[in-house]
Amino acid sequence: MSGLKRVDGTGDSEGPLPNPGLSEHLPRPTDVDPALERRAERQVAGMFGLATLLILGFCVAYFAIPGDTLGKYTVLGFDAMNFTLGMTLGVALLLIGFGAIQWAKKLMDDHEIVELRHSSASSPEDRKVALEELSAGATESGIGRRPLIRNSLIGALGVLGFPAVVLLADLGPLPGNAPSTTVWKKGMRVVNDVSGTPIKPSEIELGQLINAEPIVLVPTGDPKTDQQLGVLEGTEQLTAKAKAAVILVRMRPDEIHAPAGRENWDVDGILCYSKICTHVGCPISLYEQQTHHVLCPCHQSTFDLANGGEVLFGPAARPLPQLQLGVDGDGYLIAVDDFQVTVGPSYPQMD
Amino acid sequence: MRFLSTRRRHPLAGIIVVLFALTAMGGLYSLLGPRPASADAGQSDLVKQGQQLFLVGCATCHGLAAQGVLSNGSQSNYGPSLVGVGAAAVDFQVGTGRMPAAQVDTQIPRKRPTYTDAEIQALAAYVASLGPGPAIPDAKYTDISGLSAADVSRGGAFFRTNCTACHNSVGAGGALPDGRYAPAIRGDEGRYIYEAMLTGPQQMPVFSDDVITPQDKQAIIAYINSVQSQPSYGGSALGGIGPVSEGLAAWVFGIGALVLVTVWIAAHGARAERKE
Repeated sequence: MSGLKRVDGTGDSEGPLPNPGLSEHLPRPTDVDPALERRAERQVAGMFGLATLLILGFCVAYFAIPGDTLGKYTVLGFDAMNFTLGMTLGVALLLIGFGAIQWAKKLMDDHEIVELRHSSASSPEDRKVALEELSAGATESGIGRRPLIRNSLIGALGVLGFPAVVLLADLGPLPGNAPSTTVWKKGMRVVNDVSGTPIKPSEIELGQLINAEPIVLVPTGDPKTDQQLGVLEGTEQLTAKAKAAVILVRMRPDEIHAPAGRENWDVDGILCYSKICTHVGCPISLYEQQTHHVLCPCHQSTFDLANGGEVLFGPAARPLPQLQLGVDGDGYLIAVDDFQVTVGPSYPQMD
Repeated sequence: MRFLSTRRRHPLAGIIVVLFALTAMGGLYSLLGPRPASADAGQSDLVKQGQQLFLVGCATCHGLAAQGVLSNGSQSNYGPSLVGVGAAAVDFQVGTGRMPAAQVDTQIPRKRPTYTDAEIQALAAYVASLGPGPAIPDAKYTDISGLSAADVSRGGAFFRTNCTACHNSVGAGGALPDGRYAPAIRGDEGRYIYEAMLTGPQQMPVFSDDVITPQDKQAIIAYINSVQSQPSYGGSALGGIGPVSEGLAAWVFGIGALVLVTVWIAAHGARAERKE
C-alpha cells in the first residue's frame, strides 16, 4: 500500500488527498455537566431496575395465571398467559440492552482508539528456534536413517483410514431398486385417501378429482382386515406414502391425448397420476378441471394431465408419472402395474 | 246423409272438406304428435316461472333452451350448456351472486346475489327440469350443529387432503395460474360449500357424493367453520395466508425496528461546547 500510509491521525499521506485524520474530540454534555451525568446514571440504573422488576413479575405471573385456561382470560385479545409472560420477559431483555447502550453512549469514556494492524507471523527468532528443534528431533529419532521403521509407520497410519470407511456400512443397507419403485403392484386397489373406500368408475363424475392411495396405505380400523390386506404402519407407511400417493381425474375420452403406448392406460377417461411433483417432491393436487392442468404450489411447475402429464411451465424436468388403471372382478379400480418410471424428485443416478 | 250427398257439388263443399281435414289432422297431431323435450304437459308453475326468469336473465349467454352458446369459432363456450347441471349448480352460482355474470372474464367473482331466494328456487327448478343433475343438498347434511369433535377432526383430515392445496389450510384461498384464484371460503353457508364440492364450479374439480360421502362433506363444513371461528390468541393472524403476509410484517416491522435501534447505537450523540 503506497497510498494512505498511516491511519493514526498524524496526517502523513501520499494519496491524492491529504489524510484528514481523526476529527477533533469534543466532550459530551454528560462529560462536562455533573447534573447531566447523574441524570444519565439514573436513567441507566432505572432501566436495569425496571428489568429486574419485570423478570420478577414474569416469575410471579408464571404461577399466578393458571396454565390450563387458554383463551379464558385475555388482554387486548391476546391470551393473558402468553401476553404477560412475553411482555415481562421481552421488555426486561429490551431494557437491559437499552440500558447498556445508554451507559456506553453517555457515560463510558468515548475517546476514539486506533489500533494498528500487524503481521500475524511469529518473530524470526521464534521461527528459527522451532525449525532447529524440529530438525534435532528428526536427527535424534533417526527417521531418515531407518527407512524400514518409517515405511512401516506410514503403512500403519494409512490403513487406519480403512475402519472409517468400513463403518459407513452401518448407515444401512444399500437402497437397491427402492428409489425407483413404489408399493403399487398389479391388481392393487386404488382407494380414496382418508376414508379408504375403494372406487368404482361409475362413482367418478366428469371433472372430478380424487386424492387416492394404494389400499395398503389406508388402515381400515379393523386390525384383522388390515393384516389380511397387508396394510403398512408407522414409518414404513409414511415412507411408502411419500411416493405412492396418486390423484385420479376424469375427463372426456376425446380430450385425452395419450402419448404413444399409453392409449389404454385410462378407464373411460379416468386417469391416474403420481401426486408427487418431479421437481423436489411436493405433493400436488391444485387441479383445474377445465384446463386439466395441475399446479405445484412450491415452485409453480405445471403439468398437463390431458397430455401424458407433460410439463407446461416451471422447474420440473420430467412429466408427472402416470399409473395404468384397470378394473377388477368386483368393478373397482386397480393398478395394472407399478409406475413405469421413477416417482418423485429427479436425482443424478436415476433410470 | 241425403243432405250431404245432395249438396256435394255445392261450390263451398270443397272448402268445407279441406277445413274439416285440416282440423282433424291438427287435432290428431296435438294428441299423438311429438312433444317438446321439456315436461310441458305437467310443468309446474315454479318451472314456468323459472323459465320466464331464465329467458330474461340467462338466455343471452346460455341460449334460449339453455343449450349453451358457442363462441370463438366453436372453440369455447360463451355460456355453457345447462342441461344436466342440476339444481345444486344453479343454487350455488346464482345464490352466491356469481351468476348472472357481469362480463365474460378469467374468473367470475362472487358478488351480492341478484335474484331473491324464491326466484333462485324457480330458476333451479327450471334448470333441473332440463335433465338429471345433482339436487340441492338435503339440509340435514349442511346443518353442522349436532357434530362432535371427532367429526370435526375427521373433516379436517378430508379438508387437508382434498381442499388445502388450493383453498389454504384455513380456507383463506390462494392463487391459480393465469390470474385465476381459489376463493376464500370464509363465512360461506354450508349449503354453498356442499354445492361447490358437488358440482365443481369454474376450475374447481368435482367431489362426488359417492367418493366424498354426504357425511364426509358435512364434516368438512364443520371443520371449516371450526378452524375459522377459533380466536387468534397469538395476535393477528395476518389473513392466515402464511409466509407472504407474515414475512412482510417481519421485514417491515421487525427489521425496521432493528434498523432504528442500530441507527441509535451508532449515532454521534450531542456534543458540548469545547470546555474539557
